[in-house]
Amino acid sequence: MIGGLFIYNHKGEVLISRVYRDDIGRNAVDAFRVNVIHARQQVRSPVTNIARTSFFHVKRSNIWLAAVTKQNVNAAMVFEFLYKMCDVMTAYFGKISEENIKNNFVLIYELLDEILDFGYPQNSETGALKTFITQTGIKSQSKEEQSQITSQVTGQIGWRREGIKYRRNELFLDVLESVNLLMSPQGQVLSAHVSGRVVMKSYLSGMPECKFGMNDKIVIDKQGKGGASEEAAAGKSGGGGGKQSIAIDDCTFHQCVRLSKFDAERSISFIPPDGECELMRYRTTKDIILPFRVIPLVREVGRTKLEVKVVIKSNFKPSLLAQKIEVRIPTPLNTSGVQVICMKGKAKYKASENAIVWKIKRMAGMKESQISAEIELLPTNDKKKWARPPISMNFEVPFAPSGLKVRYLKVFEPKLNYSDHDVIKWVRYIGRSGIYETRC
Amino acid sequence: MPAVSKGDGMRGLAVFISDIRNCKSKEAEIKRINKELANIRSKFKGDKALDGYSKKKYVCKLLFIFLLGHDIDFGHMEAVNLLSSNKYTEKQIGYLFISVLVNSNSDLISLINNAIKNDLSSRNPTFMNLALHCIANVGSREMAEAFAAEVPRILVAGDTMDSVKQSAALCLLRLNRTSPDLVLMGEWTARVVHLLNDQHLGVVTAATSLITTLAQKSPEDFKTSVSLAVARLSRIVSSASTDLQDYTYYFVAAPWLSVKLLRLLQCYPPPEDGAIRGRLTECLETILNKAQEPPKSKKVQHSNAKNAVLFEAISLIIHHDSEPTLLVRACNQLGQFLQHRETNLRYLALESMCTLASSEFSHEAVKTHIETVINALKSERDVSVRQRAVDLLYAMCDRSNAKQIVAEMLSYLETADYSIREEIVLKVAILAEKYAVDYTWYVDTILNLIRFAGDYVSDEVWYRVIQIVINRDEVQGYAAKTVFEALQAPACHENLVKVGGYILGEFGNLIAGDSRSSPLIQFDLLHSKFHLCSVPTRALLLSAYIKFINLFPEVKGTIQEVLRSDSQLRNADVELQQRAVEYLRLSSIASTDILATVLEEMPPFPERESSILAKLKRKKGPGNLHPDLDENRKERSANGGTADHSSTTSNAKVLLLSCCLLIRMTHCFLIVTVTSPKVAASPTPSTDLLGLGSTITTQNSAPPASKGTSLLVDVFSENIAAFPVETPVAVGPVADENFSRFVCKNNGVLYENQLLQIGLKSEFRQNLGRMYVFFGNKTSTQFMNFAASVPADPTVDGGAQLQQILNIECMSDFVDAPVLNIQFRYGGTLQNVAVKLPITLNKFFQPTEMTSQDFFQRWKQLGAPQQEVQKIFKAKHSMDTEVTKAKIMGFGAALLDGVDPNPSNFVGAGVIHTKTTQVGCLLRLEPNTQAQMYRLTLRTSRDTVSQRLCDLLSEQF
Repeated sequence: MIGGLFIYNHKGEVLISRVYRDDIGRNAVDAFRVNVIHARQQVRSPVTNIARTSFFHVKRSNIWLAAVTKQNVNAAMVFEFLYKMCDVMTAYFGKISEENIKNNFVLIYELLDEILDFGYPQNSETGALKTFITQTGIKSQSKEEQSQITSQVTGQIGWRREGIKYRRNELFLDVLESVNLLMSPQGQVLSAHVSGRVVMKSYLSGMPECKFGMNDKIVIDKQGKGGASEEAAAGKSGGGGGKQSIAIDDCTFHQCVRLSKFDAERSISFIPPDGECELMRYRTTKDIILPFRVIPLVREVGRTKLEVKVVIKSNFKPSLLAQKIEVRIPTPLNTSGVQVICMKGKAKYKASENAIVWKIKRMAGMKESQISAEIELLPTNDKKKWARPPISMNFEVPFAPSGLKVRYLKVFEPKLNYSDHDVIKWVRYIGRSGIYETRC
Repeated sequence: MPAVSKGDGMRGLAVFISDIRNCKSKEAEIKRINKELANIRSKFKGDKALDGYSKKKYVCKLLFIFLLGHDIDFGHMEAVNLLSSNKYTEKQIGYLFISVLVNSNSDLISLINNAIKNDLSSRNPTFMNLALHCIANVGSREMAEAFAAEVPRILVAGDTMDSVKQSAALCLLRLNRTSPDLVLMGEWTARVVHLLNDQHLGVVTAATSLITTLAQKSPEDFKTSVSLAVARLSRIVSSASTDLQDYTYYFVAAPWLSVKLLRLLQCYPPPEDGAIRGRLTECLETILNKAQEPPKSKKVQHSNAKNAVLFEAISLIIHHDSEPTLLVRACNQLGQFLQHRETNLRYLALESMCTLASSEFSHEAVKTHIETVINALKSERDVSVRQRAVDLLYAMCDRSNAKQIVAEMLSYLETADYSIREEIVLKVAILAEKYAVDYTWYVDTILNLIRFAGDYVSDEVWYRVIQIVINRDEVQGYAAKTVFEALQAPACHENLVKVGGYILGEFGNLIAGDSRSSPLIQFDLLHSKFHLCSVPTRALLLSAYIKFINLFPEVKGTIQEVLRSDSQLRNADVELQQRAVEYLRLSSIASTDILATVLEEMPPFPERESSILAKLKRKKGPGNLHPDLDENRKERSANGGTADHSSTTSNAKVLLLSCCLLIRMTHCFLIVTVTSPKVAASPTPSTDLLGLGSTITTQNSAPPASKGTSLLVDVFSENIAAFPVETPVAVGPVADENFSRFVCKNNGVLYENQLLQIGLKSEFRQNLGRMYVFFGNKTSTQFMNFAASVPADPTVDGGAQLQQILNIECMSDFVDAPVLNIQFRYGGTLQNVAVKLPITLNKFFQPTEMTSQDFFQRWKQLGAPQQEVQKIFKAKHSMDTEVTKAKIMGFGAALLDGVDPNPSNFVGAGVIHTKTTQVGCLLRLEPNTQAQMYRLTLRTSRDTVSQRLCDLLSEQF
């Protein structure tokens, strides 16, 4: 059970302090500041134990959120709560920054009162919270409304209220993935995995029952050849090879998904909350489509010169365009000057980051591009050899590197008279780079 | 020093620093620094020559970045370039960078040294100063090598400026500290001494520091400094406070210089020249007088400076220890400080008094302050001051006030801080012993000590009580009575139980006449504490019990009952178990005469210095103010005398009781042990009664005249040379290679090496056996001091044979065979041989003939799984039927023919006789000639017997 929650700015000043239990004293605030924020060595562990008190912290830009407890709590629960807290705050006032927090401190205290009760997390669904915590001043609600809110919040489906009506029933589905890679200089994959999210934005009337299907290996194998035609229809948007199904290593769902049904039949059915929600999160490690291949070539010419050549190759359908490509080539610590030549995009030596940063706005599939740089070095009396950190890369591609495909999303609303065909559905795939590195 | 002028201020540096200070986060700071480093690197790349200003600026930035905690690995060359600049600011920054960043093994060191050399010879005082500062700051060995000759030359040169002289003196001091071997005394030393006469007080101060250090290295060379120092001191002391202008600090004339001069004087004995001596005494008196004057300022700096000089003067007075009047005055002055409200002053006063107390002149004067000190002990808030008060009380203690001081310390002990309790306990113990006129008082004090602070009473303390009680007849009765009373308290400390157990065990008889402390009551009292104590204490109590048996035969039954109880006889702790077993046997077998001999009262301990003193000295460690000066002072310190550092000695003495027993018992125990293999088979070699190899029992082989208790004590002292017999060579491993051959036969050669042959002939009937052991000397010379486990003839002539008869009785079934230890002197060296005697369980086998029907009936009766042991093993020898038969018969069982349906199987039967029981045994051996394997099955009424027999027999095939 969380004993208290503090929010600090980057200097360690307390912006928000809410104590839920008596066992957390005032000095806990200072203990965290002294031992974590102002620690001599950077504290890397998100959990710190100081004087038999545990501090769980997350950092958002320059803001520290710390949950404090003296009990043996479930750490995963506490972090889930902290992330949820960040989501809620973002939903209410946008980016989490010192200024925003200072401007909305009343709202934050109100939220904290609502989502944590004596240290026990309560309903933290933004949609539900927005019905009774509003920013538009005090609007006295009628008795009827109040009882409706009460019944909804305490009811079985706490995340959706009844009586929602839209003229156009629309539904947006985003598959967001980040691909992580570590590759050896010879092109051997040392580690690779994709972590993805399915985000849904729904504007549907009534209490619709939805069913979501994707090319999960287990489901496909179960259906056997029977579902072949369906796959052909759904499999168009993919970027990579002709993979039929993917193996998902693990996944988590939004609370609206009926887990019993997923366990039994592996079908994902739910009544979605109104507006945006993260339907599921998953991770895959097999058969990942690596959108880019980086080929580094580093040559040391004497003690004072270094020649670097880097080739990048895009490895997806030529019809697709990758965006926001950025290659970061680390330079030695004794670099005294850099000359760069690149065929495409812009490249610049950033001394403050000790790296050459090469940016390309757009790049189609099955293309290649290269950069070459001459780095001049200052001779030092230090015998240490340069550690050669890996070349890292950022990009965004319009397909899912894991190979995940949405097969269907069916909507049923028995009470109102609109059918699955009347709903306008949009599906979008975005693959981004996570930690995408190649050793050189 | 010329200040950095406005126009010279480096704007770029200021901007950079303010940028860094404005950074919001660590990351931003690192980014800014990286950017700056890249910029500096590109500037230093050497395409275009940089002017001195920008070089200075960038080197400054690098310094700043380094001071922020980042590594700097370039720019050294530029810094060295700056050294050759003619501008002060540039040179200064260059030297600063070098002092901070250049490590001694850098390859630039020769360049740097060159630049420094140039500056030293430049005759420009500022540059020379910079160079000297740099040498002192780096202070590396290379620097010392390069400049150890140069710096003294500058120091004594006539035309050197005062400020440079000052720097040179301090630089030389530093070099002398880092590499004293390189700073050689030369003709400059005499001239250095004359710097004490210099006009400039700064030079004098620096020179005094240097001379003090050098004088410790070679006092003879600087002897002349004494008179100069005294002259200088008297000039300062007698000057009016306004005379010295810059060197007057809050109305005190040159306090630092005074302190240094006083320290310098502490390197030498009192001056012999009367005039100088008079002058010095005058100075010291003036200083003491000044302390009495009303303060000229209320500021704390004034009193600090004044007191610093005063305390140093008192140190000097104590060091000289020759002027009674001064000592008494110093003591009185300190006495005033004892009640000062400034804590630091009280601390210093107590500390100085501690040293004063050891001087014969001032000891009495110190004693007059006893009340104040005791008061300080009780009321002082600061624990470190209380600690000093304890030290002082210890130092001022003598015969006249010992009782009072010990009583005060004891009463303070109850409330004392935990950190100093142990030290107080030691001190009380030492004082009580040292000044005890009346040993009853001593015993009372130590018992109180244990009662108040039992946890802090180290072993040494209570060993010492016992030593003293044992050595002094007059207190023994009193001690017994007192411990008896003390033990009656419901909860008493374990140390008290130890002392009580020991003393009652020795002298319980002295108070047994009183019906309130009758033997049984004494025993019950001790035994009531038994279960609350740790193992070593319990062991000690067991020894006390056996002593009781000797002292009071009437409680023998009760004690035997206690010893026999399972919690003793089968205790998990080996030591306790063994003591219980041995004592029980001893009490039941030995006659009263033997008991009286074995358990005789302890002999007096040899008088030697208390080991507690040694312990206290160890505890103190180095804790004094001036490590440089205290060597000679330490020797005069309060403790006095030297202690032998044999902490083990007293430790060993605790063991004495049981060890002493052991030795006295050995000769009467041999029969017992050999007839009872189970006892002999005890697992720890040091306590093995037969283990003649251990140091203790070598005594037994010595001529009877030296077998006295007085010698026993020396066994444990480190003084081995006092021994009539050299320490024996370590016991080799027990020889048992021939052991298995004797399982099935009774005669043969048991052991043989190039010197000695041991033959064996034995016969067994039922549970009794007789063994003849023959010792054959294979050499042509005589073995001296020959001793086997039985007292044998001390010499064995060359080529001669010696016979020894052992009577054996089997008490119960056993596994381990007894070990025979043989010791003799061949040539000059002592030889040790340990041989396992081939006494095995099967020797006590009586064959039994029976029919097939009988056999299988019994076989079935012994069908319980723990009674049967089966082993399948590979044949080691050829599988000859006749040989096998002979072996089974040799093993002792009757071979039953025609019993087993399979004719190739062997079946045997017999009864093992022990003193208490008889164990029937049936065996069956099934050979498999194809596989060269045997299957051996044994069924006996006892599982241990089955196992042992099976192990023995299976090794024979």
